[in-house]
Amino acid sequence: MQSDFLRRMPGIGPATAGQERGLLERMHVDPILLLVLYMMSAIGIIVLYSAGAESQYLISRQVAYLGVGTVAMLVVAQIPPLVMQRLAWLAYAGGIVMLGIVLIAGTGAKGAQRWVDLGIIQFQPSEVIKFALPMFIASYLSQRAMPIKFKHLCWALIIIVIPVALILFQPDLGTAILVAGSGLVVLFLAGLRWRYIISALALAPVAVIGAWVFLLHDYQKQRVLTMFNPEEDKLGAGWNIIQSTTAIGSGGWYGKGWMLGTQSHLDFLPESHTDFIIAVLAEEFGFRGVMVLLVGYLLLFIRGLWISYTAKNSFSRLVAGALTFTIFIYVFVNMGMVSGILPVVGVPLPLFSYGGTALVSILIAFGVLMAISTEQETLHAK
Amino acid sequence: MGLSLLLASLLAVLLLRYYDLQIKDHQRYATLSDENRVHVRAVAPTRGLIFDRNGVILAENRPSYTLSIVTERTSDLEQLLAELKALLGLTDAEMARFEEQKSQYRRPYESIPLRFQLTEENVALLAVNEFRLPGIEVEVELVRHYPFNEAFAHSVGYVGRINDREQAVIEKERYEGTHVIGKIGIEKQYEDLLHGSVGYEYVETDARGNVLRVLEREDATPGEDLYLSIDSRLQLRAEELLEGRRASVVAIDVETGEVLALVSTPSYDANMFVTGISFKDYDSLLHNINRPLYDRALLGQYPPGSTVKPLYALAGLATGAVTKEWSIQDYGEFQLPNQERVYRDWKRGGHGRVDLRIAVEQSCDVYFYELGNMVGIDVLSEFGHMFGLGHKTGIDMPSEMSGIMPSREWKRAARGLSWYPGDTINASIGQGFSLVTPLQLAQMTANIARRGVSLKPHMIHAVNEREIEVAQNPLVDIAPDHWNTVHSAMEDVVHSMRGTASAQGRGLSFRMAGKTGTAQVVGIPQDAEYDPELLEEFMLDHALFVSFAPVEDPKIAIAVVIENGEHGSSVAAPVARELTVQWLEENPWIVSQADSDESQPIEEEVDAI
Repeated sequence: MQSDFLRRMPGIGPATAGQERGLLERMHVDPILLLVLYMMSAIGIIVLYSAGAESQYLISRQVAYLGVGTVAMLVVAQIPPLVMQRLAWLAYAGGIVMLGIVLIAGTGAKGAQRWVDLGIIQFQPSEVIKFALPMFIASYLSQRAMPIKFKHLCWALIIIVIPVALILFQPDLGTAILVAGSGLVVLFLAGLRWRYIISALALAPVAVIGAWVFLLHDYQKQRVLTMFNPEEDKLGAGWNIIQSTTAIGSGGWYGKGWMLGTQSHLDFLPESHTDFIIAVLAEEFGFRGVMVLLVGYLLLFIRGLWISYTAKNSFSRLVAGALTFTIFIYVFVNMGMVSGILPVVGVPLPLFSYGGTALVSILIAFGVLMAISTEQETLHAK
Repeated sequence: MGLSLLLASLLAVLLLRYYDLQIKDHQRYATLSDENRVHVRAVAPTRGLIFDRNGVILAENRPSYTLSIVTERTSDLEQLLAELKALLGLTDAEMARFEEQKSQYRRPYESIPLRFQLTEENVALLAVNEFRLPGIEVEVELVRHYPFNEAFAHSVGYVGRINDREQAVIEKERYEGTHVIGKIGIEKQYEDLLHGSVGYEYVETDARGNVLRVLEREDATPGEDLYLSIDSRLQLRAEELLEGRRASVVAIDVETGEVLALVSTPSYDANMFVTGISFKDYDSLLHNINRPLYDRALLGQYPPGSTVKPLYALAGLATGAVTKEWSIQDYGEFQLPNQERVYRDWKRGGHGRVDLRIAVEQSCDVYFYELGNMVGIDVLSEFGHMFGLGHKTGIDMPSEMSGIMPSREWKRAARGLSWYPGDTINASIGQGFSLVTPLQLAQMTANIARRGVSLKPHMIHAVNEREIEVAQNPLVDIAPDHWNTVHSAMEDVVHSMRGTASAQGRGLSFRMAGKTGTAQVVGIPQDAEYDPELLEEFMLDHALFVSFAPVEDPKIAIAVVIENGEHGSSVAAPVARELTVQWLEENPWIVSQADSDESQPIEEEVDAI
């Protein structure tokens, strides 16, 4: 299905070797990505200032994360993709170890352990693994023959299942599904045989029913049920969805104005500065604001996919595509859950939600994309 | 490409979803959002105050503080309760009530009351310690207070919590935010005026129900302040004079029909009912042998006895059945023609030669037997009704009894029997079937004092500053001579040597007209438990006295009924005298005017009729 994705497309090739390279390119900076990233981060901080009840603390922390993330992004952008290919297992292994630590000695909220306390900073390993996993799978598959053989598919699935299982034990169903998704995307991009896809689709209902019966906690089942009928439980699980859709809907075309969102400022909106921040933007800046946001993301996705199309080797193509889709999945799931078309699963909105680990990791992911976009033609990565 | 298409279509799904919410269904969500944050809150009006005619406050509103807890805002409820217990000395009963209310259903962030009517010391303690007592709330509410406690309980009445029956009748909107309603007395009668009208506040609240700001406000209109016609000094004096008695006094301003005193003793503390009386307290009031809850002035029905004699004398004169000069020889007995039964005079052996003046002055029964027999029950009944007996006076109070002014029709309807001539004889001295309330007696006396002009007795002197006027209603056209005759006979009751209340006339600076009365006890209330030793006392005759003064230019009419007081002359009459003296002294303009008019008072009044 996706096998043509990896094939070099005639006429869209990268700049040929020896051509004059600009300063930014020599610094491995992708100007389009950088511009859009900063524009969106700026909007994010403006919304966060309102959502976080004008908290200087929140804003200064988020700006600091942005700074740290930018440095990390630029550093990562200098690493040649070939080195990444070799070292991807390290990021993956590190992520797995940290997930293990979370289960043993993590701190958390609402009965789930999601954080590692490193003394000075707290840290959410699941945010790391969501980018480390696709990179490692891409690294693994790019060194195997295409299309994927059954044996390699099995190994890839094992690589996916380990972190997913660890996250499920936290327990954090939403993140587990998304991490699994970010791994599976690589398989699709690498070109799965149709029969695998069809059998996976056939097994999906079985897996869903099995998960419902054996794996899901009551509160998780409740969240799913609530999505289908939020009115049932107005003050309990349905509250979040009712309040967030009310916030979004009441924003209308123009929005209520910055700092004037009643739903968020009067505390009707839950988690307004983290997972539900899109509702604040929708309430205060209206449909216009939502469209600007979507256009911003669309630019990032197009640029990401473009980088993937024009990548110099299969690892780079896979990684760029996988990271782009992973970010997209997060955007879609977050905006979907806040607007009531997906269950509430506790997923941050990339570049907007308050939170250090998520922001730094996504900037690192963009660092990887930049490294790929400015990669020189290499010969040995066919 | 496939995944790119998927990405594009999913983004389109998001865009559509947000379009639906924000553009298509915007109106609906905008409304939801406003309903979320904007709440309409009723602002209860402040209840109107009640003053006496001189501006002495009889019913006021005092701030009352309630301590309550919002459990959602507490970090450690057990510890908070322990600290409050140490601070305020909470009782087990208060704790138990709190726990019970806590276990019941309530809205999130709804406060649970812990202690009502905090003392000022409590309020201060809580204010100082508030910072370390998260979750407490001290709410202030205006609570009705009656500074005279017992003195005006029957007239002013009281307010109490709105009960289910009242809840069904009242206009819900008017009473939003109000917890009390007038239960009896003026508080009930003038509920509409006193209550005022409710105001509204559109408030913005956060998700926890905290009011953040008032968006719009429509102020409540406070209830009207009522100035009663009651004179608190006169009323308090009457209470003092009746101390320890089961009795009532009604005093009426002859010129205006205003009720100056409306007293029923014993009484009770009206404040007990405002926030809810305990079952024990209520039970003891209910079963008290002296029946403090019973408003004798308006609900008590007594045989009028001899107090009706001046009225019947007037009836005799007006119908021409007797003249001023007509007299009888009284041997102390009276018999109807062809009947065996002997009707006796209260004075053994009789009063000798008795004309109308002497008959009133000395309360001669036989004279009135003769008179009653001559005019007949129809005339007696008509005059009784005309002057205010046997039917409700229409006073502006929520309840009064109508009494009985017997007539042929009444007896047939009520007893199924025809009227016997002997019934007329009993009625002619105010006994038999006749029953009147003290208010009716006072009204009758005032009507006589006004020479046949009736004014409806009323309790309100002014609403806010607007004075109330009552229409005059001429009852009957009777020759001035007859009025003079009756007035002077009543004056002799007090001032003549042989008058039944002659002791009262001594030392008065003005002339007072009166009539004593004695009413036989008809029955004993069934529901009270009796101490056998008290039984004898409860069988004693009721003592009655009616009066007006000054005779030449009447200002005040008074009726006194003292249950089991035995003697109208020595027990009831002094009360009327004292009150009359006090009223005329308190209002010197009345006395001076009376003094200057002394030489020629009657003619002027005659012209007025």
